[in-house]
Amino acid sequence: MKTILRLVVLVAMILLVGVAHAGDTLHGAGATFPYPVYSAWAYEYNKISGVKLNYQSIGSGGGQRQITNRTVDFGASDAPLKPEKLAELKLYQFPAIIGGVVLVVNISRVKGGQLKLDPDTLCKIFLGDIKYWDDPRLAKINPALKLPHKKITVVHRSDGSGTTAIFTKYLSGVCPEWNTKVGAGKAVKWPVGIGGKGNEGVANYVKRVKNSIGYVEFAYAKQNRLAHTLLKNAAGNFVEPSLKTFKDAAATGDFDPKKDFYLWLTNAPGKNSWPIAGATFILLAKEKTDSNRKVVRFYDWAFKNGDKTAERLAYIPLPESLKKKVREYWKSAGIY
Amino acid sequence: MTRVRLRKIESFIALSLCSLAAFAGIFWLFFILGDVIVHGASALRLELFTNDPAPPGIEGGGLRNAFVGQLLITFFATIIGVPLGVLGGTFLAEYARGKRIAKLISILSDIMVSVPSIVVGTFVYAVLVKPVGHFNGWAGAVALAIIMIPVVLRTTEDMLRLVPWTLREAAFALGAPYYRVITQVVYRGAAAGIFTGVLLSIARVAGETAPLLFTSFNNSFFSINMNEPISSLTATIFQYAMGPYDDWHSQAWAASLVITLFILLVTILGRMIIKMRYGGK
Amino acid sequence: MPVSLKKNPVDLAFLVITATASLSVLVLILGIVFVLFSESALSIKEFGILRFIFSTDWNPVIESYGAATSLFGTAVTTLLSLVLAIPVAIGIAIFVTEIAPGFLKGPIGVAIELLAAIPSIIYGMWGLFTLAPIMADYIEPALQDTVGRIPFVGILFEGTPMGIDLLTASLILSIMITPFTASISRDAFNLTPAIVKESAYALGATKWEVMKNIVIPYSKLGVFGGAVLSLGRALGETMAVAFVLGNNHQITSSLLDAAATITVTLANEFTEADTDLYLSALFNLALILFVMSFAILAVAKFFLLRAERKFTR
Repeated sequence: MKTILRLVVLVAMILLVGVAHAGDTLHGAGATFPYPVYSAWAYEYNKISGVKLNYQSIGSGGGQRQITNRTVDFGASDAPLKPEKLAELKLYQFPAIIGGVVLVVNISRVKGGQLKLDPDTLCKIFLGDIKYWDDPRLAKINPALKLPHKKITVVHRSDGSGTTAIFTKYLSGVCPEWNTKVGAGKAVKWPVGIGGKGNEGVANYVKRVKNSIGYVEFAYAKQNRLAHTLLKNAAGNFVEPSLKTFKDAAATGDFDPKKDFYLWLTNAPGKNSWPIAGATFILLAKEKTDSNRKVVRFYDWAFKNGDKTAERLAYIPLPESLKKKVREYWKSAGIY
Repeated sequence: MTRVRLRKIESFIALSLCSLAAFAGIFWLFFILGDVIVHGASALRLELFTNDPAPPGIEGGGLRNAFVGQLLITFFATIIGVPLGVLGGTFLAEYARGKRIAKLISILSDIMVSVPSIVVGTFVYAVLVKPVGHFNGWAGAVALAIIMIPVVLRTTEDMLRLVPWTLREAAFALGAPYYRVITQVVYRGAAAGIFTGVLLSIARVAGETAPLLFTSFNNSFFSINMNEPISSLTATIFQYAMGPYDDWHSQAWAASLVITLFILLVTILGRMIIKMRYGGK
Repeated sequence: MPVSLKKNPVDLAFLVITATASLSVLVLILGIVFVLFSESALSIKEFGILRFIFSTDWNPVIESYGAATSLFGTAVTTLLSLVLAIPVAIGIAIFVTEIAPGFLKGPIGVAIELLAAIPSIIYGMWGLFTLAPIMADYIEPALQDTVGRIPFVGILFEGTPMGIDLLTASLILSIMITPFTASISRDAFNLTPAIVKESAYALGATKWEVMKNIVIPYSKLGVFGGAVLSLGRALGETMAVAFVLGNNHQITSSLLDAAATITVTLANEFTEADTDLYLSALFNLALILFVMSFAILAVAKFFLLRAERKFTR
């Protein structure tokens, strides 16, 4: 009994000593939307700097909550917070990367880029109004495609999510019925469907459930080889989700540092703009100057060295002009 | 004559159904275990234990952080939970033997054993995560310890009761105070049983996921700092299995295999000790 | 106590230490109730207890929360899993106590115990990867084509078979609680005095008649207690259902629809709740779950104790 006790004390002591020597670790939590690119950046950054950036993709809602409660060093959210709200919660906010939300389907014999959707049919599907894939309204815009008489399973998010915020913001903007019945937010009361946890969960369910449709960040669609759809944009063109159409949407955005970069990129007016694009944001607690410096150093490194990785994963790096604005924002906050 | 036949036929049918039910139970065991072994073994490689996770799409990631984190959390949960459980059980079986309070605590512990573990997670979040300001490994260990205490307490109580009272009387007769009788006579007599209880309680908490989700959270890097979020196998399995990447899925299977084998081995070991020490049940 | 305690300071200290340790259980239970209650105070103030329980709204946009959808999912999965598990569990218990030849009793008993030791997350993951596709491709369409055709019963099986629904979740849950229920039933059966059984056999009763007329009536308190205990277990299970329930807050007539239980709602939304009210509503759910399972487990314990007492006195 005594020897066991001694052993226990010894192990505990070794652990405590080990703790004292542990390297720098930054904890972040939030949006699942940028998780693939943040984790890839963190992996590379750890190799060159030794700093561990532990980013847990728990959803934008969680990111906002955790940074508000100061349980993490930084939060991440796809839904920007309004400047007043940021002032109230004593937070900084800046964009880190731009991406697009795409629709993915699992219908036998329908490949990526074949199915066309317009705002109206998309809205009706998610309202549960269009129930079968061979609905005449879908057939009308997809004359060349033979869609099966199978019931549509809608897959949405079960957690608070910035991807949902961007998607429902878009739907509310283009579809009055959606706006009155459901509305926009990080989590909404879904009329139909099943809920997956995170972008990962939605991608996983779409992959596994036949005749389903879901919305995910483009990187998830690409990495999992899910079939994406075309979508009619504000200019009336059916566009394919791609780096080009996302860039086009990003170019229309005018991010203003004075408003803490608060901006939505949905339903961008450009001729080739992908209609459901959005920036994803980093939230910092104003008083945590020390860890803020470290987080900023990481993102500064990523702005300089991470563009290739980001594009490989189908994210749009911020335009150089915007990066400059963000750096000035950091400087004025005294954390750069 | 026909009536006897009828009764025999009825008996035969009913008993066949019962046998069928038993084999259905066995069938599920083999189905689930077989599935875990087949999928897990094919994904089991050395890097799983030596490497930390790589981001999706990059080869060669492992779960070293989760294995170590799981060991740490379980280890500290045992350190917190076992002494409390053993001492508490001692009180019930010795000092409070036959008293109302002993009966009450014993019943409450039995209930606590089956209380939803996720509720324990929310409780520990409110007590140890919110005030501290961030998720941390200690919270995870405490959550598991809370689940362990009633299990260890009840087995200790039962095992101490099995030690014959005459043994204690013999020791009292030699003039030993009660605490020495307990620590030197009773504990010795019940050691194997208490040890088994501890083993089974470790097996019980090693597979717990729900209480860790809001307490020790997860960490994609190697960390042994219990003051920070720390990875665990079960939370990682949840994340990886729910995720869309094939690579994650196979790692989740491999992790499941390791944790299942560990728990089954500990359980079997526990039963063997009981059998050797007490014979039969 | 038959022994007079010598007034020894160390002895007294040891008594205090052990007493404190055993009181920790009491402190924990009271602590859980108190903390959960104070954390959910905000949502109780906002919605009231009854309105919270009966409201089917779970709408983070307008911050209106109600427990009814989660309670619905919890009730359906729990009850359905019990309906599926209890006959099988009793069958197993009968097999192990009465039918199995000696050399099989041990191994089957061990196998059942091992099934009970497998962690719930393994059940959940296996359910998602292995069972759900089987349900979607074979079992659920087959059910729709057979029982689904019967009027009224058919509405239980409407919808798209996708394998991620109430039925699959209940099935996994039932596999999980079967061994547990079986081992309690077996213990209850074993309490039947051998002499009573033997007298019945001597009168020419068949094995089934002995079971049906002697053993089961004799042990019904224990079996019932075991069933209620399993109910309490199933109620609080998280991981086995989290993978395959589909996480949708809705009340549905079809078992082939997604739903949410209290546990799954907590697992999915707890770390993501962004407002105080949202988090408070989740704590409120946890409180309801704790009170419910505590009450049910207490009832189970009551019956099991009575069953024991009946034979030990």
